[in-house]
Amino acid sequence: MHNNKYLQEEIIRISGVNPSKCMRCGKCSATCPAYDEMEYHPHQFVNMVECGDIEPLLNSKSLYKCLSCFACIDRCPRGVQPAKVVEAVRLTAIRKQGANHLTADMVPEIVDEDTPQQLLVSAFRKYTK
Amino acid sequence: MQRVGVFVCWCGSNIAGTVDVEAVSEALKSEPGVVFSTNYQYMCSQAGQDMIKQAVKEHNLTGIVVCSCSPRMHEATFRKTAAAAGLNPYMVEIANIREQCSWVHKDMLTGTEKAIILGKAAIAKVNLNAPLIPGESPVTKRALVIGGGIAGIQTALDIADAGFPVDIVEKKPTIGGKMAQLDKTFPTLDCAACILTPKMVDVAQNEKIRIFSYSEVTEVSGFVGNFEVTIKKNARYVKEDICTGCGACVEKCPMKRIPNEFNLGMDNRPAIYIPFAQAVPKVATIDPNACNMLKNGKCGVCSKVCAAGAIDYTQKDEYINEKYGAIVVATGFNPISMDKFDEFAYNQSKDVITSLEFERLTNAAGPSAGKLLRPSDGKHPHTIVFVQCVGSRCESCAEKGKEYCSKICCMYTAKHAMLTRDKYPDTEVYVFYIDVRTPGKNFDEFYRRAVEEYGVKYIKGMVGKVVPEGDKLKVQASDLIANKQLHIDADLVVLAAAIEPDKSARPLATMLTASMDTNDFFTEAHPKLRPVESPTAGVFLSGACQGPKDIPETVSQAGAAASKVIGLLAKDKLTGNPCVANSNELMCNGCSSCANVCPYGAITYEDKEFRMPDRTTKIRRVASVNPAVCQGCGACTVACPSGAMDLKGFANLQIMAEVDAICK
Amino acid sequence: MQVNEYKPLIVAFCCNWCSYAGADLAGNNRLAYPADVKIIRVPCSCRVNPMFILRAFQRGADGVIICGCHPGDCHYTSGNYFTRRRMAALFSMLDFLGIEKERTRVEWVSAAEGAKFAATMNDFVQTVTALGQNKRLEDLRCKK
Repeated sequence: MHNNKYLQEEIIRISGVNPSKCMRCGKCSATCPAYDEMEYHPHQFVNMVECGDIEPLLNSKSLYKCLSCFACIDRCPRGVQPAKVVEAVRLTAIRKQGANHLTADMVPEIVDEDTPQQLLVSAFRKYTK
Repeated sequence: MQRVGVFVCWCGSNIAGTVDVEAVSEALKSEPGVVFSTNYQYMCSQAGQDMIKQAVKEHNLTGIVVCSCSPRMHEATFRKTAAAAGLNPYMVEIANIREQCSWVHKDMLTGTEKAIILGKAAIAKVNLNAPLIPGESPVTKRALVIGGGIAGIQTALDIADAGFPVDIVEKKPTIGGKMAQLDKTFPTLDCAACILTPKMVDVAQNEKIRIFSYSEVTEVSGFVGNFEVTIKKNARYVKEDICTGCGACVEKCPMKRIPNEFNLGMDNRPAIYIPFAQAVPKVATIDPNACNMLKNGKCGVCSKVCAAGAIDYTQKDEYINEKYGAIVVATGFNPISMDKFDEFAYNQSKDVITSLEFERLTNAAGPSAGKLLRPSDGKHPHTIVFVQCVGSRCESCAEKGKEYCSKICCMYTAKHAMLTRDKYPDTEVYVFYIDVRTPGKNFDEFYRRAVEEYGVKYIKGMVGKVVPEGDKLKVQASDLIANKQLHIDADLVVLAAAIEPDKSARPLATMLTASMDTNDFFTEAHPKLRPVESPTAGVFLSGACQGPKDIPETVSQAGAAASKVIGLLAKDKLTGNPCVANSNELMCNGCSSCANVCPYGAITYEDKEFRMPDRTTKIRRVASVNPAVCQGCGACTVACPSGAMDLKGFANLQIMAEVDAICK
Repeated sequence: MQVNEYKPLIVAFCCNWCSYAGADLAGNNRLAYPADVKIIRVPCSCRVNPMFILRAFQRGADGVIICGCHPGDCHYTSGNYFTRRRMAALFSMLDFLGIEKERTRVEWVSAAEGAKFAATMNDFVQTVTALGQNKRLEDLRCKK
């Protein structure tokens, strides 16, 4: 297990989350709508950040599967806010890699008409440099 | 000038670890009045106390300062020591150098420095101490128990057993409380009614016990041994002494569609009702919000069918004043509201129920006569999901849940799961848990039996959401050990709702001036050594009003509270607190400022004759304090514009001397 | 060379039933706060005579804090209400005399709030330390 203290502190600082508040009930993962898409689940994000096991998270696609729906934040009985941890790991990954994960030509010309504009805007904000 | 002896305690290493006790006793030697100063390992031990007694004799001490733990801990001990040495017990002062010095400061230098200052303050105070003699007050040999659940019942029975009269005040129409609603009890699976109802009958038949059902306490005054309590007996519109509990009125009442509180609204009752068959007192009660006769004067059926003529539509609330020597609080608990837990769809589906509702569903006297049927369609559920810790251990959602562990849920859920599998082996039972907490005699064995013998599926994880779909409940949950998200089509979801103190507890605590914690549980006088006494003398705690508790714990605490009450009532006289206010008649100008702020009405005025300098006499109005009623808060001392009022034991000059000693 | 760090002198009046017990609880839980705080036990916060506070400032105290039960929880039913009103009047007068409002404080700490007691004291000491020494009311004759 890698124990990357610097990255761990950085993620805790960015997210403002105290992972040691987690009591391991798993309600975040129970409520997560993107659970099946993810390799690492919300409760694992919190746990792995707590253990300093950051590298696997940075390299995992799970980062980009989180919908930021904040269901986990709403349901967490301890106020741990797993979505913020995921977001912080995502930011760290983007800062480290410096790559664009979404380009304009990846968006189909005609987007499903139910898709709100804001979604595209926030997706670009999140996945591009 | 006093002859003061200073005794510095090491408290093992508790004090000596961060305070240089030798330096403290040395530094305090030169304080005014100090004639002797020493230190010892455990001042509170027999050897330590003997040391004090010896020093009093040898050095003719008139005052004692003990630098040790909090006066809340050992003040009484050292006062007894002083008394044994022939001193007035109120010539002892404690400098708190443990809780407020050695335990909160880390380094030796600052700790020692502060300990010396605290010692100086205590010496400055003791120099101005005067011997005090406490007054005595009689004890009313009658106890009041507030709450008629198992805690109140057991306390009342135990007190009555010792020969003292007891009154129980219960706000519901019957005693019995939550236990009367339960089906079976863990871990022995006794039927709750079988063990509770005989006790209820004992209460009813015991001539020492009076039951005020459908009543509440509205006012409390007085103090330990001499409480005066006003009990409001709500109008039940039925004469209690005449009603035979035959139930004819209940059968004939045309208003039949009132949600039945006893079954948690899962079925209906009439406007006139008896909560359950074994109710004590077994007397009908009319719900004034539902009865047509009381609302608009049209009906009167119950009065016609009542052979005994017990119905009285004109009955009024009645106020009863009674004196008590001791009060036991046994107000119990309630499950919290599930309204804010949208994720579990409690308000969307009738098939999402709380554990207490499940208890009623499986109870033979419940709405489905003991058959486990879904509330929505009356069908037998084949898949049942139990969710633990709903609202318990919930730190982030203070407006929804509770921060503490509700303690009883793990065990009753194991019981529910086991009984379901036992009666209906074709049912799949899932229990979602965060931790299974089973610290109790035969508790863990019970839980393991549910898993190993009854095949209950315990899954480590939490339910994230419940969505009603068709006649199913889609349960989405996580299994943390398999690292999977589960989707279960359940027929019934049972929520182990957190428990909270009864809503009536907070106003009651204010009336009793008994303190509460932030969760509205009553605080005990000492968490370990005085668990059934409240910090307010004469007020005792029984059952879940003090913290979540199961039945065996509640009953043992009830017995403990009863024994404390008996110990109090067995005394003929109580020594009061001598630290009471007193007025200097020569300075008092009779302005009434003090009487206006006194919460106890302890101050009266009398006309007194005073001799004037010119040898004439003059009658002046001056304040006089009743030491038996005064509790020694000191509000009057500050209100007094002329400085005539002072508080013994905490006199103006004494506190001023402490301020001076600290600010030197 | 040793730097002589400024240490404020703080007098805390704690009511016997709630705050003094809260302070004891802070001790039981080993929750540290600065040693500058010296606690005087009074039966109720309403026992605190404004004279005591003036005397403390006269003798060179840098801050005075009064702790009582939460409103509604007073052991003597209503004592802390008197404290609240009396101290509001006194503190505004002290403020007028040049003793900053931050040097005086009334706090409600229950017997169960050891953590709050320690946090309150830490915060108060920090505030007073930032203000520095209090000389406005000090009677220099009191100092030898």
